[in-house]
Amino acid sequence: MTNYNFSTKFKHANIFSIILFFISIILITFKGLNYGIDFKGGTLIELRSNNTEVSSIRDVLKDMDLGDVNVKKFGKEGDFLLKVEQKGDNNKLIPEIKKNLSDSLNSDVNFRRVENVGPKVSAELLQSGIIAISLSLAAMLFYIWVRFEWQFSIGSIIALFHDVIITLGIFSLLSLEINLSIVAAVLTIVGYSMNDTVVIYDRIRENLGKFHKLDISDIANLSINETLARTIITSVTTLLALFSIFILGGEILRGFSLAMILGVLIGTYSSIFVASPILKYFKVSYKTIEKEEEKIVP
Amino acid sequence: MLNFSKINVLFIYFLLIFISIFSFLNLQNDDDRIIKKKINLGLDLQGGSYLLLEINSDNLIKEKIQSKVIPIKKLLKDNQINYNNFKINEKSLSVSIDNIEKFDILFSSRQDNLVNPYIDNYRSYELEYKKKNNNQIEISFSKFGLLTVNNSALKQSIEIVRRRIDDIGTKEPTILQRGEKRILVELPGLKDPERIKALLGKTAQLNFRLVSDNNEFGTEELISENGEKLNVSKRIIMSGENLIDAQPSIQNQNNEPTVSFTLDRLGAQKFGRVSTDNVGKRLAIVLDGEIVSAPNINEPITSGNGMISGNFTFQEATDLALLLRSGALPTPLIVVEERTVGPDLGEDSIKSGITSLIIGFILVILFMLYKYKFFGLIANTALIANLFMLMGVLTILEATLTLPGIAGIILTVGMAVDANVLIFERIREELKTEKSIIHAFDSGYNRAKITVLDANITTLIAAIILFAFGSGPVKGFAITLGIGIITTLFTAYFLARHLTSLVVLNTKNKEINI
Repeated sequence: MTNYNFSTKFKHANIFSIILFFISIILITFKGLNYGIDFKGGTLIELRSNNTEVSSIRDVLKDMDLGDVNVKKFGKEGDFLLKVEQKGDNNKLIPEIKKNLSDSLNSDVNFRRVENVGPKVSAELLQSGIIAISLSLAAMLFYIWVRFEWQFSIGSIIALFHDVIITLGIFSLLSLEINLSIVAAVLTIVGYSMNDTVVIYDRIRENLGKFHKLDISDIANLSINETLARTIITSVTTLLALFSIFILGGEILRGFSLAMILGVLIGTYSSIFVASPILKYFKVSYKTIEKEEEKIVP
Repeated sequence: MLNFSKINVLFIYFLLIFISIFSFLNLQNDDDRIIKKKINLGLDLQGGSYLLLEINSDNLIKEKIQSKVIPIKKLLKDNQINYNNFKINEKSLSVSIDNIEKFDILFSSRQDNLVNPYIDNYRSYELEYKKKNNNQIEISFSKFGLLTVNNSALKQSIEIVRRRIDDIGTKEPTILQRGEKRILVELPGLKDPERIKALLGKTAQLNFRLVSDNNEFGTEELISENGEKLNVSKRIIMSGENLIDAQPSIQNQNNEPTVSFTLDRLGAQKFGRVSTDNVGKRLAIVLDGEIVSAPNINEPITSGNGMISGNFTFQEATDLALLLRSGALPTPLIVVEERTVGPDLGEDSIKSGITSLIIGFILVILFMLYKYKFFGLIANTALIANLFMLMGVLTILEATLTLPGIAGIILTVGMAVDANVLIFERIREELKTEKSIIHAFDSGYNRAKITVLDANITTLIAAIILFAFGSGPVKGFAITLGIGIITTLFTAYFLARHLTSLVVLNTKNKEINI
């Protein structure tokens, strides 16, 4: 078993977390999130065309009065991704764009992917994404409240907020796209981070019962050390899988796997440095869990 | 925790093998399947189009409220209620009447009320009216009236959409109702959805009207196929409802593609009468408010067969015939969401998905071997069994595998070892204080049990919520992640535990390193 002294670093870690958390909130509020067409509406076209440049595609689209157009290379040489913030009637727009590109570019154009989301649908998708994330946080809160005491419940939820907000903050900072798969990633991060926190909490509760004389900082420190090997091994195997997706899984999964990698790193950090110290601020002791047990046994 | 009864062992391996066998069903050839279960590939992997269509409800309500004008006027006239200022608004009608009490009784009568029918299902009338000022009232659809109008239009649209898609002949289309106004269409393997979108975008309301300058029903100016401005009567002689068949054909004289149609008995009678009375006049064939062609009536047409020509290409003639055969949509459909993946991108996604799965799997296996040596082997056996069971369950459920779904499997591989790691680490701790190895293993499993369960339930909750709220590919992720957790718990707690017990019970308290 390792014997690092985590509890002396709690204070610095917490200040660090609070700063990161607020920077993230400021970024999300003022710089905003880079919503993809799933949440903003518009048209996305992925095409493959050899011997074509971004500028020539842009020139073709410039003459069409499409509003905000974004063209970039996407993965392999010859692959491009265009995003059009379109207003008009999409039933006619997509065939028109396709036709213009096929006619004007000098080489063959293969339209690999076309996505279009109308304004109503994108608003609904955003709403259901927010509901899903909120609901998962509420469900976790409830589960921990049933399984543990309320102090643990609050501690784990604060850690979850910390993870989700900072992950989104990094996405905002780097202007990475938020789409449906990022929502899936955030939900999985919520599950993973909770999983990590629960393992440490389980041990803290067990140790509270065993060592009545130790105070909560020492108990937390002991429990973190006892579970540290597991925490690291699981993070490593999960990260191995995620890096495999990130590097080999193709462009479509890149954002998703990046969000998950960030989430796993932040989630592992937060279960040690956020979720555990919070118990100290709530003055959790062996009495906390004893009271709870008395209630159950009549 | 290390003692297994024979029945238990039998049950564990039976379940393991039984479920795993299903994963091999996916290797069968499509033609000679013995058991017709397999994992379906999502549109993002096999290529195809997903379309979400919405009925244009505003347009529909406008038309429906207009259709109430004549019955309401008739009701007022028949019952000697004087009215003036009859106005048609976007979604309502307003009129001033001199006897609101009498109108109210008639309007809310439950018997033979053709103007304002009572909808039994909702215990509500189709229409409602509000008093504006003095004797002016405004009539509009009630909440449930709107619902009924939308619902019946949607049901009818689904039917027409199905006919049109079946007629084109795509393989295994999915056509489903989504909510109150939407239709979900999935067309696997379709390369170019533009033709289908064009076909679904047309209501295809066909009618035959006379070209005339003055008419008791009023006229409107429409532009013909060759740019001529024509005054066309608003009176509809006959509409597409009377068509029983339409086929593309080539006119012999000049090789021009045309659409020939056959009318039902009623249509043939009407058409015969009108064409007899109006020989020498022109007949406008109007499709969705545009003149397709306006030929001269040279002689009475009583056979019930006719032909539409209008400078068509053969493709256009084929599409028009298809639209006429399938019937008219009650209101235009708008594509509110579209996702099309070309077949080569789908193939690329499968390749990169499988590559990353294999590499991720090998990395995790090597890491576990390095970390736990012999017990790593047990964890890896459980991991492989886990993968087969996961594929087996997906096959049994005939689930749809998407690209995020593959990511979910890879993630399961990464996280599945957690259960065994938790247990092994616990056993390591127990070995320090416990003298008997068997006891150490036993209490290791026992004490880790609750933690493993707690830890996995949290991820399962996230997966369930994702399944409920996710759409399309993301749902596929939720499915593999959720099922992965359950197979993980089974393989870690039954298979790996049994394998461990075999090892521990046979070494009899000699040194064991974990």
